[in-house]
Amino acid sequence: MSNYRIQGATGEWEVVIGLEVHAQVTSQSKLFSSASTEFGAEPNAQVSLVDAAMPGMLPVLNGECVRQAVRTGMAIEAQINKYSRFDRKNYFYADLPQGYQISQLYHPIVGEGQLLIAKDEKAGIPQDKVIGIERIHIEQDAGKLMHDQHPTMSYVDLNRCGVALMEIVSMPHMTSPAEAGAYVRKLRSILRYVGSCDGNMEEGSMRADVNVSVRKVGDPELGTRTETKNVNSVRFVMAVIEQEARRQVDLIEDGGSVVQETRLYDPDKNETRSMRSKEDAHDYRYFPDPDLLPLNLEDAFLEECRSSLPELPDAKRLRYTGELGMTDYNAAQLTAEVETFARFETLLAETARQAGKPEAEVATQVANWTLSVAPGVIKSLGADARLEHNTAAANAAILQMVSAGTVSGGQAKEIYEIVLKIGREPAEIAETEGLKQQSDTGAIEAEIDKVLAENPDKVEQYRSGKDKLFGFFVGQTMKAMQGKANPGVVNELLKAKLG
Amino acid sequence: MSVDKQIVAKIASLARIQMGDAELERMVPELNNILSWVEQLGEVDCSGVEPMTAVIPNTLRLREDAVNADPLTGGDRRDDILANAPAREHGFFGVPKVIE
Repeated sequence: MSNYRIQGATGEWEVVIGLEVHAQVTSQSKLFSSASTEFGAEPNAQVSLVDAAMPGMLPVLNGECVRQAVRTGMAIEAQINKYSRFDRKNYFYADLPQGYQISQLYHPIVGEGQLLIAKDEKAGIPQDKVIGIERIHIEQDAGKLMHDQHPTMSYVDLNRCGVALMEIVSMPHMTSPAEAGAYVRKLRSILRYVGSCDGNMEEGSMRADVNVSVRKVGDPELGTRTETKNVNSVRFVMAVIEQEARRQVDLIEDGGSVVQETRLYDPDKNETRSMRSKEDAHDYRYFPDPDLLPLNLEDAFLEECRSSLPELPDAKRLRYTGELGMTDYNAAQLTAEVETFARFETLLAETARQAGKPEAEVATQVANWTLSVAPGVIKSLGADARLEHNTAAANAAILQMVSAGTVSGGQAKEIYEIVLKIGREPAEIAETEGLKQQSDTGAIEAEIDKVLAENPDKVEQYRSGKDKLFGFFVGQTMKAMQGKANPGVVNELLKAKLG
Repeated sequence: MSVDKQIVAKIASLARIQMGDAELERMVPELNNILSWVEQLGEVDCSGVEPMTAVIPNTLRLREDAVNADPLTGGDRRDDILANAPAREHGFFGVPKVIE
């Protein structure tokens, strides 16, 4: 249970949240026509006669969209319905030439499932929490309207019209903005692992309708909810919940009551406002679409869907902390995004291969490099970093030199900078640029002897118990070696000599 | 099941069909006639019978995910799409301003 509370004049209130996420299915062509789904085309260039709802056109279902919805359902451990059906949701709007949206109200393709949001105390999630998912159904997207191009007209672009969406409906299980934010991020991560949606919220590939209600702490009854439509970032989802919960509490405490209605979020003013829809706007008169037969899924199809699923975020995180012995933090960071773990796993395999060691032995080194060292260097180089040089082989070669003690951490960064800028061999750079540390005990010993001989008083003090002076000797030795001595070797030799 | 004038008016407005008072009056018995005719089906006991979705055994066909696989049902035909538009504006349909 989250401890998110809204302080009201009459006491403490809690918020109950459910989310309906619309995720654009990754496919080449639309749900019921073969027009392209590519983003950013000329207006109305990707519209077929089917999408424009010309008389006599018939919808033909895109198998890939079905497959992606089923795979997504499997990834959230949901029941897959072998029988599902399409219904018409009737309403008139300029972005919907058919006069109805083809959706699945009565028999959705995916039933109940769930998703885990991980404990994150800093974000206000005290423990792991399972969020129930009620259903996923497939439906058509509508076109796009522009209102600011002409004084008396709205412009209609139907390119998006008929693109496949998955509507993923959560149960009202979230009780804080932080949980809702974590839910959206986790869902996005799963969709991107599965490859069923690119999760690009800026381009509108994922948007959420946010259902919010409030009740007195401990009240078993749910309050009246409002639905804020088309919220297109995690930050805005969280802001909507904060604003809407506050507004509802104030409204109720002032003697009013919450109206069940659709609202819009205005990010500039950070407030929600009523869409003032007409009374019977919600009378959608759903009925089964007579143009489409029921969808029956065969076992072989389901088997293919299941066997094509990749390792999913939770399983991967467990493997990283378990088999690879990684910290929870590193595992969570590395598994959140598809690009991150892909880069990490490639480098891990290459590093293990070059070192001739099992992956578990080099995992922590590779994780730290991937998460903090490498991004730091790339960022500091800015436009000078030529990422085509950033190969797994080069990265692994640098890591290999670090673990062999040939180069220090600082030298590794310098070598990496050169690799990124010019793309030479790391070993050759270390050699020709003098970026190697001295592990030759003879040379180091000679310098140590000199340092000790020059500072007999300090040696005396150290031996009589002034331990802190050890750092002084290390410093002097490193200075004499121009910073190129292997600190591990220096420490070891000094300890032996000072005895 | 039957409808009254109020329900007919609501259905007409949902379907964006404008109807005068006289028309609504005329529609009420017409629709009720149709409804009672269809309701005769209720006399048949069909408990335990699976709902029939097609008159011949048939399953939903799935399409390959390919762009413009059939030129007749693909995109890239903006001129055709906009040919009947009352107002064509820079490649968009122009419609009376719809914003709340």
